[in-house]
Amino acid sequence: MRTTRKRAAVAIIAAVVLGLTACGSDNSKGDSSDPQLDNKGVDSVVNPSDAKGGTLKMALGATWGDSFDPGNTYYGYSFNLARNYARTLVMFKTAPGQEGVELVPDMATDLGKSSDGARTWTYTIQKGLKYEDGKPITSKDIAYAVSRTFDTAELKNGPQFFVGLLNWPKGYKGPFKGPKDADISSAIETPDDYTIVFHLKQPLAEFDYVVYLPQTAPVPAAADTGAKYGIHPISSGPYMWQGDVDINRGGTLVRNPNWDASTDPNRKALPDQIDVKLGLQANDVDNQIIAGDQDVDIAGSGVQPAALPKVLQDKDLAARADNPNSGYLWMSQIIGTVKPLDNLECRKAVMYAMSPSSYVNAYGGKFAGGDIASTVLPPSIPGYKKSDIYGLVSHPDGQPDKAKEALKKCGQPNGFETTIGYRSSRDKEKAAAVAFQQSLGKVGIKLNVKPMADDTYTAENCGKPSYLVTHKVGLCVYGWAPDWQTGYGFLSGLVDSRKINPAGGNSNFSITIPEVDKLLDELAVEPDATKREEISTQIDQLVMENAYIYPGVYAKGVLLRGKDVTNVFINDALNGQYDYTAMGKKQ
Amino acid sequence: MDDPSATHAADPEAVLAGEKQIEGRSLTQIAWGRLRKDKIALTGAVFIIFLVLVAIFAPLIVKITGGDPNLYHADLVDPAIGPYGSFGGMSWEHPMGVEPITGRDIFSRVVYGARISLVIALLATLVSVVIGTTIGIVSGFFGGWVDAFLSRLMDMFLAFPLLVFAIALSGVFPDEAFGLSGAPLKLTLLVFVIGFFNWPYIGRIVRGQTISLRQREYVEAARSLGAKRPYILFTELLPNLMAPILVYATLIIPSNILFEAALSFLGVGVPPPTPTWGGMLTDAVVFYTLPHFMFWPGMAIFATVLAFNLFGDGLRDAFDPRSR
Repeated sequence: MRTTRKRAAVAIIAAVVLGLTACGSDNSKGDSSDPQLDNKGVDSVVNPSDAKGGTLKMALGATWGDSFDPGNTYYGYSFNLARNYARTLVMFKTAPGQEGVELVPDMATDLGKSSDGARTWTYTIQKGLKYEDGKPITSKDIAYAVSRTFDTAELKNGPQFFVGLLNWPKGYKGPFKGPKDADISSAIETPDDYTIVFHLKQPLAEFDYVVYLPQTAPVPAAADTGAKYGIHPISSGPYMWQGDVDINRGGTLVRNPNWDASTDPNRKALPDQIDVKLGLQANDVDNQIIAGDQDVDIAGSGVQPAALPKVLQDKDLAARADNPNSGYLWMSQIIGTVKPLDNLECRKAVMYAMSPSSYVNAYGGKFAGGDIASTVLPPSIPGYKKSDIYGLVSHPDGQPDKAKEALKKCGQPNGFETTIGYRSSRDKEKAAAVAFQQSLGKVGIKLNVKPMADDTYTAENCGKPSYLVTHKVGLCVYGWAPDWQTGYGFLSGLVDSRKINPAGGNSNFSITIPEVDKLLDELAVEPDATKREEISTQIDQLVMENAYIYPGVYAKGVLLRGKDVTNVFINDALNGQYDYTAMGKKQ
Repeated sequence: MDDPSATHAADPEAVLAGEKQIEGRSLTQIAWGRLRKDKIALTGAVFIIFLVLVAIFAPLIVKITGGDPNLYHADLVDPAIGPYGSFGGMSWEHPMGVEPITGRDIFSRVVYGARISLVIALLATLVSVVIGTTIGIVSGFFGGWVDAFLSRLMDMFLAFPLLVFAIALSGVFPDEAFGLSGAPLKLTLLVFVIGFFNWPYIGRIVRGQTISLRQREYVEAARSLGAKRPYILFTELLPNLMAPILVYATLIIPSNILFEAALSFLGVGVPPPTPTWGGMLTDAVVFYTLPHFMFWPGMAIFATVLAFNLFGDGLRDAFDPRSR
């Protein structure tokens, strides 16, 4: 017994000493000078090269978000990687910065030709395109690929634009529940092997932006296994999967011998092989990129908080760091269906009471988090116009006095109580929710912080109108990225009140402004790009004036370039990620 | 203890008479004597008392140092790199440094966290003891099919995946119930879950002790005098069970503290911003390159659990040194 006691005493002393030495070795001093991040990759090509060869190593600090099937995926990084094995009708230019936001033809010979008031869109595809097995690609393959996205029960993950936009025949069930060769000419016509015509129910001036989606990548009907197709999607691009690819472990992309470079001026296809490794620990991915064992963090949203101090303070790491705008808006929605937030002044009280800087800090500060947002559209979206009607940028610590005035005006002079929800796996959203609790508490608004499961957040919780009212959820922490880089692409999925789904599942939690709905309809059919920008600005201002969105942060990330990567740059069209079709490897 | 021979030195008869005056010591008195000599156990006890006082006087303590545990000090941290200064921003106002991002004072949060840990551990242990003692006595005393049934019940509860159940229950429990909501409701839920599923530990021990005690002569004597069963249970047996109950209750407390920390760590404990040691660890893991953040709440849990274990061990040795 005496020995055990002695051992206990030694254990305590050892623990204290170890702990204190660990603390002591960390000397973060308050340096007044900002770190010098390289940032060359944000708008220029770093290490430009045409040298082919080598293996590009890409890693993800998680398992794959949904699927490798180009018709059944919705993650930005998935769209980015898919461009290596799935060619689409049109694509975003592989060019740095804002240059990349331009649409150029990929399999098509030109951008679409619209007719019938933007209700009909015609594309001609190149001759001689082949799949990885040598079989020819025709317009019928593209029509099939689009038609299979109709069955959202079989292919659950992808965007649903084609389902909603095209003029599908009555009673059409898709190629899995009905015949594969059913007549869909009311929606998609293929008068010959190289022409494809889309018929829309409503006009859409920006339809070219919809066909850039990987859902227009050709799929051979005979090889389509529905939900299982993602195990080995048949390639139309410069690389093809070597065997099967697994969403937990990844796979290997090797060169596709049947890809003809002369038909594809956009893709340099420099590496001989691309290794895709999944399921690593997120901090481990950062450490491996720092060491040079991996080249790319596929997630592309920036290094984890643990690696951030290292990158910012080490000269060699800062020399390969980029700090791009990702085009995301980390915001929170103020729910207008929950009392007393149905009163505009109460919502304004929330806008004034919250401290914008503590919101940004919750996401990692100005480098890893981003800039204080004061509009719904982030700066990279055409239609963004600088504006700050609530003084968020000029008063980063919040304005409790104005908040108290607004509370008096809405009849709640002593504040009120409500709940704030956030996605439980996201530390930054939790930090934002607690920051809200702290700031709003100062003016008497008492918030209960409620974590909600990620995968039911939109389906059952914040996205379900009845849930919000029953559980008095007045605020929901969220984030939003544009489906494509235009005002319509950003706003239509977020602020259209007709998309609010009583059964749950939509990203618009409560925003209901009839004027905005009307403007969105105008925006959809407006043929002139400049006018579209003006209408987008108007919608942005209306949503802000009605205080339905606390804009939060124009997201940024601190990205680390791989040690030996060539031809690397950020493409603004790809949500602030590096362009995964352009990179090569130093030999 | 008296030394009667000091006053009656020379008289042999008096010495004999003095020896008769040696009083029999009760078990408690013997145990207390042994405990007082056990320095390590006393250290544990002192720390426990210290912790209880810290928890009770938390608001006064933090007035002297950093203040409100939930107050943000954004000026003390760089949001990308961490707190300014060394050792996590240690200073007279912030003796343990501040949290990254929010700048909240860690010392205040650890002090307030002591309240949660102690309240949950002590109340949960109380629940376990009450349920376990009752079922253990009934099971041990009555024997037969009652014992068989209750023993199987104990086995079932021991096999229950407690952590999984706690997480699930925490997720589906409504926001308002029994007239409570928010933190007090979560606390009640945690006390219930931890306490309710730990009772078999005490139950089995009490049952074992009861079985051995019920054969004793004084129980037979009481029965032969016509004592009814409840009387026997509560007046004869229970006092003699207090010793083992006390010992094993003291030994469950640390595992309850760890369990609460684990639940907080997993995010199903008390909701923010209430500080808990486990909750602080969850936040700290993300910032593992800033070790001070993990160190202090981890140290608090370690020291508390160690103190209770050492004291419980000492207590057990004091009551029954043969059970080493």
